[in-house]
Amino acid sequence: MPDMSVLAGPQQHQFNPYAENGGTILAIAGADFTVVAGDTRQSEGYSIQTRYAPKVFRLTDRAVLAVNGFAADGNMFVKKVKQRLEWYRHAHAKDMPLRAIARLIQTMLYAQRFFPYYVYNILGGIEEDGSGAVYSFDPVGSYEREACRAAGAAQSLVQPFLDNQIYFKNQTAAPGQSHPTHLPLSDVLSIVIDSFTSATERHIEVGDGLEIYIVLAKGRSLQGVEGLRGLREMSSREDGERVFVLQRELKKD
Amino acid sequence: MNSFATKFSPTDADIELRRAQEIAEEEGMSDVMWGSEAGFGNLVNGHAFNIPSVPDPSSFLRLHTDDHADPNCKIKIQHGTTTLAFRFQGGVIVAVDSRATAGSYIASGTVKKVIEINPYLLGTMAGGAADCQYWETYLGIQCRLHELRNKERISVAAASKYLSNLVYGYKGMGLSMGTMICGWDKTGPAVFYVDSDGTRLKGDLFSVGSGSTFAYGVLDQGYRWDLTDAEAQELGRRSIYAAGHRDAFSGNTCNLYHVKEDGWKFIGNYDITKMHYDGPGEVAGAPGGGYGYDVRTQGRFSALAPTVPA
Repeated sequence: MPDMSVLAGPQQHQFNPYAENGGTILAIAGADFTVVAGDTRQSEGYSIQTRYAPKVFRLTDRAVLAVNGFAADGNMFVKKVKQRLEWYRHAHAKDMPLRAIARLIQTMLYAQRFFPYYVYNILGGIEEDGSGAVYSFDPVGSYEREACRAAGAAQSLVQPFLDNQIYFKNQTAAPGQSHPTHLPLSDVLSIVIDSFTSATERHIEVGDGLEIYIVLAKGRSLQGVEGLRGLREMSSREDGERVFVLQRELKKD
Repeated sequence: MNSFATKFSPTDADIELRRAQEIAEEEGMSDVMWGSEAGFGNLVNGHAFNIPSVPDPSSFLRLHTDDHADPNCKIKIQHGTTTLAFRFQGGVIVAVDSRATAGSYIASGTVKKVIEINPYLLGTMAGGAADCQYWETYLGIQCRLHELRNKERISVAAASKYLSNLVYGYKGMGLSMGTMICGWDKTGPAVFYVDSDGTRLKGDLFSVGSGSTFAYGVLDQGYRWDLTDAEAQELGRRSIYAAGHRDAFSGNTCNLYHVKEDGWKFIGNYDITKMHYDGPGEVAGAPGGGYGYDVRTQGRFSALAPTVPA
């Protein structure tokens, strides 16, 4: 006789389409460049699913999108953003400006207000006036332009470090001196790499690999990227904004 | 000419086309997505929001997003705020803090909680940040269309009613917003409180958010209709400071706006910690000195009172 006791009480079902896949992303805007970075580990619970799952994607020659949260939602969302940007290209014969991409992402996220994408987005790139810009989003589309932002598993470890090193929070300038408003690219890259090596040390969901996208404003010199080991160019032309990728290893334990 | 006939004798191409259109509609793609529609193409033709296929969609949303009931839920919507707006002889003062919290984590200290709907209308943000940002931007579009259709600016009463009717249409579905629509129209300065329950109130003075009780305390004791511009701005600043000081979910900085007959003007951004120790700086209406530190430490109340040399 099969055990029917389980049928005695009320049966509860719930629809849970979400998972948390760990990892961390981060973006910093400079005066005429933007750096967007993410680790490449993808995990669920205590299991590592893969050591290389990119979370940062080139959208156009002046826009890079980092996604974090539920990987399936993130990949689908990036796919749909790229599709809308392609349609825009066919309709207008140019790439969508960064601030327009930011608004597009808001409306695409908000269209899912009642069935949200579980994704935190950070958009980085170059604005039409040539300045570096970072836009950060919540899962249902509220957004804000900022100078730097960390999101994901190690957000609470990385963001205070960025506040201190980028915004100079809780630092007092030497008498008669002031803090710089924008840091040079080489300093920013060091801060990004330090952020991720430190987050890897203290957070179990961060590690394996680091992918750093660097977007340079039109006409900017290659100062700060020249001679970097393993630098790859992702942009389609040399006379516009340029996108580069830098890959680094992180600890794998 | 022969539409009846063609309707019942479809060619292969027709069938293919119709099938493609059906697929496109299922995928949530429509022709308006090819153009821009100001980014609000998904709302055209009632083609609105994707809803999960479950018996009770709003309980699904609550299960995954409500961080008051369940701090471990995955999707954290930003909450926690102090906002205020009041009407006086010289126009409308709008003051807000800039903190966004997700649980006990400060997600941002630089949020713009005043939404610039158009040069004559401001909206404030409390509750879901995305709900306020999105619907008040949408309201801006509708206000512009009203202008084009009627050759006349929309009244604050009409704009706020458009918003309250809109959110009432989504009642019970999980929208969360408590907003003040502020502006200047034919009737003079106006402030309306609108929230996602569908409440819409006309009034002289409102404060919304977790820190509203603290702001009301300062606001009520300092409010008069015939405040000067400088006094009114100072009262807005001082009230947000009080809320930032006593409410853990409010803080960081204060954004101050003043609406006059010729539209709104951004007055300034003030660090709440700086206001505590040093005051808001060289601004009209400020008494000089910090709002909080000096009064506690210069002798009268504090155990740390400086010893007066004999």
